[in-house]
Amino acid sequence: MQEVAGNGLLDRRLFLKTGFGIGAATLLAPVVMKNLEAAPEAAPVNTASPPWMHTPGAGYSTYGMPSKFEDDVVRFPSANSAIPGNGVSWTPLHLLEGTITPNGLHYERHHNGVPQINPSQHRLLIHGLVKNPSFFSIENLLRYPLRSRICFVECGGNSNAGWNKSPIRSEAGYFHGLVSCSEWTGIPLPVLLDEVKPTKKAHWLIAEGADAFAMQMSIPLEKAMDDAMLALYQNGERIRPENGYPLRLILPGWEGVMNVKWLRRLKLTDCPVMARNETSRYTELLPDGKARMFTMVMQAKSLITSPSANMLLREAGLYQITGLAWSGRGKITRVDVTADGGNTWAEAELQEPVLSKSFTRFRIPWQWNGSPATLQSRATDESGYVQPQRKDLVAERGRHGFFHYNAIVSWQIDEFGSVSHVYDKDEIAESSDPVDIDAGWD
Amino acid sequence: MIKMKSPKALILLILMLAGTSLRSYCETLLNGPMLGEPASSEEIAAWDISVMPGGDGLPGGKGSVAQGRRIYEKQCISCHGPRGQGGNADQLAGAGMGLTSEYPEKTIGSYWPYATTLFDMIRRSMPMTAPGTLSDDEVYAVTAYLLYLNGIIEEDTLLDAEVLSAIKMPNRDGFINVYEETGGN
Ligand code: HEC
Repeated sequence: MQEVAGNGLLDRRLFLKTGFGIGAATLLAPVVMKNLEAAPEAAPVNTASPPWMHTPGAGYSTYGMPSKFEDDVVRFPSANSAIPGNGVSWTPLHLLEGTITPNGLHYERHHNGVPQINPSQHRLLIHGLVKNPSFFSIENLLRYPLRSRICFVECGGNSNAGWNKSPIRSEAGYFHGLVSCSEWTGIPLPVLLDEVKPTKKAHWLIAEGADAFAMQMSIPLEKAMDDAMLALYQNGERIRPENGYPLRLILPGWEGVMNVKWLRRLKLTDCPVMARNETSRYTELLPDGKARMFTMVMQAKSLITSPSANMLLREAGLYQITGLAWSGRGKITRVDVTADGGNTWAEAELQEPVLSKSFTRFRIPWQWNGSPATLQSRATDESGYVQPQRKDLVAERGRHGFFHYNAIVSWQIDEFGSVSHVYDKDEIAESSDPVDIDAGWD
Repeated sequence: MIKMKSPKALILLILMLAGTSLRSYCETLLNGPMLGEPASSEEIAAWDISVMPGGDGLPGGKGSVAQGRRIYEKQCISCHGPRGQGGNADQLAGAGMGLTSEYPEKTIGSYWPYATTLFDMIRRSMPMTAPGTLSDDEVYAVTAYLLYLNGIIEEDTLLDAEVLSAIKMPNRDGFINVYEETGGN
């Protein structure tokens, strides 16, 4: 097997070729270390004739649940102890495949809990600089012509432990999993705006949620007219309460916080409201003391989900490296992977369909020879933007921006096959304090 | 010859012959069923709690620093700590470290560009345990107390819509509008 880049990276088309050309080599899979320790001893069964082929199976269920043997595939919640509804829960990206996040595993960020809203008691008000200020009941909104689109939603604070001086030890999803990807179905926002008739002075919309925080964010009218949607359904079913039931604003590719959940009000204005979450928070302080404000677009990012932090490669051999890439600017055009810490790169295979502002799954075969290796992935999007190296991002932004961390992620594999998170090879850990960023999740 | 039953069909035929206009006509047909129900100005006033940076949306009423301190010590101190510091929730005052220091502290006084945001945020979101329960006078008072703690107003200031919207925060010009510059990139 011919290497296409250093330290064992193989042609991305290897698994597609007929005849395979890899002889007796079998494909190996990394294991999650935590599971290895906790793995219960399963009694041996005769798999040629297992017991479940000799007793009737379970009956029907009204709403299916994952297998009990998958009970470790869960979100990782982290909330303020005094205010249980203020925090986040991460999607376990390292335990999932494909590109669509199951609804029960979509990441969460709430500022004061999840309201339980009866849709018959909820209305949307559109007002402000419009000719026809109007209320819309959920019942009526469900009668509009609907459209679907797949896109990711990513919290502006996703991956923010990357600003830390030393690399965080969490699993990939519990570090980068404030991003998820779904098929959203709803009403294109221009349809409703056309009905209420914005006046010429209107340039912004203030969106407000019906939660106990009354989340409020300013949206440029230009974005609303481009691809904004009032979503009612997520992956075929009505949106889950924690994702904004009964109505959520979806702004493909833009910061999660702007995709206002439990949407109750849209006010058209001539300027932004300067809400707390677009001034005090979700702005990025730069080293010179100035701060970036209205950084709405989520820039291209990628990470390898397998092998990834806290997994174990039990033996040398052939592995499939896989991961996710996405960009708020549009389509991912290319993902490069390195196994030697960035000295040489090979192009990974992109799983079709590659959709704009959506998760793109990439894969590349890798022959691990049993010696230390450093894996990284680097995404490029259709605007030509290339995911930055950590040292370049930190040099440009400093370490106190808190939001919008999208640098290349490095996983180091030691000679025993255990995988850990490290920084770029030419960066040393600057501090022993792992939680040294300047703000917590509140 | 096709018989025209309705004027709509006739319009459609004319548009089809006109060619280019057809697309916009079809787009109109694709538009919603127009099910919005008119909202009266009283209803809108009851719903709208947004306070604009110029002061639009601020209600009548007023509050003093002393009243605000009493409210703060009853309803806010448990999370935000005495004088806005040392609680388990956000630090609200007393930034010792500047924005360019090794460990910058972003507080109302050192970081917030608009004082109106403070009124808007407290009225809609605080206290976390019972949001939206303070009267407008109480919100003015606790806003005054926090502005006083941050050295923005004097201790004897009576805060109302006019006084609040006239305040220029120290860090007003500390922000780069990335949307205007690069479309939010
Ligand atoms: C139960 C705890 C709790 C109480 C009580 C509480 N707060 Fe808060 N407050 C928080 C938390 C948590 C946040 C951060 C919210 C977030 O963004 O998720 C916050 C945020 C704030 C902020 C924004 C800070 C910033 O820098 O962005 C202000 C201002 C504020 N609170 C004022 C008040 C006032 C005034 C009161 C009393 C009327 C109060 N709070 C009572 C928990 C509390």
